[in-house]
Amino acid sequence: MATGRDDFVIAIRSAFLKKKDKQKFSLLTLIFVSIFVIVLSNFNFKIIQYLKLGINEIIYRSSYIASVPENKIREIVSDIRSHLNIYENHQKILIKNENIEQTKLLNNFLTAENKKLRKLIDESISSEEIFAKVLIDKDSPYLKSVILNKGTKDNVKIGMAVIDEVYLVGQIIEVNYTNSRALLLSDLNSKIPSVLEPDDIQAVVSGAGSNFGTIEHTQEDYKESLENKVVIAYTSGLGGLFKPGIPIGKIDIGSNGKIRFFSDFTQLNYVKILSFKVGGEK
Amino acid sequence: MSSLNKSSFLKIFISYLPIIILFFSVFNEFDFNYLNLDYFAFNFVHLLIFFWTLRNPDLLGYFLIFLAGIINDVVIGIPIGISSLCYLILCSVTAYIRNITLTPNFIKDWISLLFTLLLINSIQVIILDLIFLIKVEYINYLINTGFTFIFYPIFFVIFNFLNEKISYQTND
Repeated sequence: MATGRDDFVIAIRSAFLKKKDKQKFSLLTLIFVSIFVIVLSNFNFKIIQYLKLGINEIIYRSSYIASVPENKIREIVSDIRSHLNIYENHQKILIKNENIEQTKLLNNFLTAENKKLRKLIDESISSEEIFAKVLIDKDSPYLKSVILNKGTKDNVKIGMAVIDEVYLVGQIIEVNYTNSRALLLSDLNSKIPSVLEPDDIQAVVSGAGSNFGTIEHTQEDYKESLENKVVIAYTSGLGGLFKPGIPIGKIDIGSNGKIRFFSDFTQLNYVKILSFKVGGEK
Repeated sequence: MSSLNKSSFLKIFISYLPIIILFFSVFNEFDFNYLNLDYFAFNFVHLLIFFWTLRNPDLLGYFLIFLAGIINDVVIGIPIGISSLCYLILCSVTAYIRNITLTPNFIKDWISLLFTLLLINSIQVIILDLIFLIKVEYINYLINTGFTFIFYPIFFVIFNFLNEKISYQTND
């Protein structure tokens, strides 16, 4: 019995402490270093922050370069697919175009009316956009985010909204000197204050870790009141983080409260980082 | 002379192949760990580290594995050090298995992989969810563990073939 226990101890000791010919560090040392790094990354010391920024800068750039061949292949496949579907797409676009023309006329009128009304209550909203390229969109099952090529040197700040065309795709959660990380709406940790139209219901759009979102913190009976309606979720602007009125997604009839995001997060190439000012705010 | 140079280059290249694959997998955007498919994902890096540290540990240094973990954390966006710790725990298990076995047995290795995967994924979930308060989908981890375990025999055949080639080239 004692011999068996001794064998176990020897095997464990040998596994953790013994270095093979080509190993420069023992496993135990590196495990302790890993734990030390995890503990350190939990603190917000200035030195650690700078170290983190440096590591991020180097690794993001290297990862972007390493992904170039794969991105090229993806681009070629996408081009071929687009060429094959050209007729079908053309027909769809014609129908869509007609609808857009009609909506545009109505939209012009509503925008002008909205401006007039905002002037009456002395609340104007101005916004600034920073165009950014998506450097890395390595999705993981644990954190859905993208790396953008704009950072503190371009005045990007944590919390800014990230927009694809006119649709909200996420918010900035980490800023380095030349790049930043945006948390996508689909991530479990994403919570966006929103308003559900046409019934003007306040809610929080939360990521579900998948390609859709869910509605949280709203009226208990919101499902009944929105039954048989197509509901659009917009940012409400509550909390002052996002500009109000940015389209987020759509709740289809019978979708059981699941939000289908307008933007396809797998196809993001260029995005806009948005900052805004309300009224006379500085 | 030229053929001699070529063969020595090939020898060096092939002996570094596991490291190249490891760093390519953590740097690259393409990730088996997230294929955008519902209920399907597996962790290629775990399989790679498990096989090579078990069968030919000289080709994959612990420090490089630690470094790959740091890179993986930065690219994915989780707190730095978590993947390194998980990869090194995987290495500890393989080192222990190597110490207690005289003749390698595929089935025993395969079963120990399952327990190791459950252990390291549990550690990762505990650190992310309880310490860093990052919400994670438990079901994704379970699916990932399951498929990583299932895919081991396929990658075992591929890596074993590569290992034989490397041994043949380096002993040549």
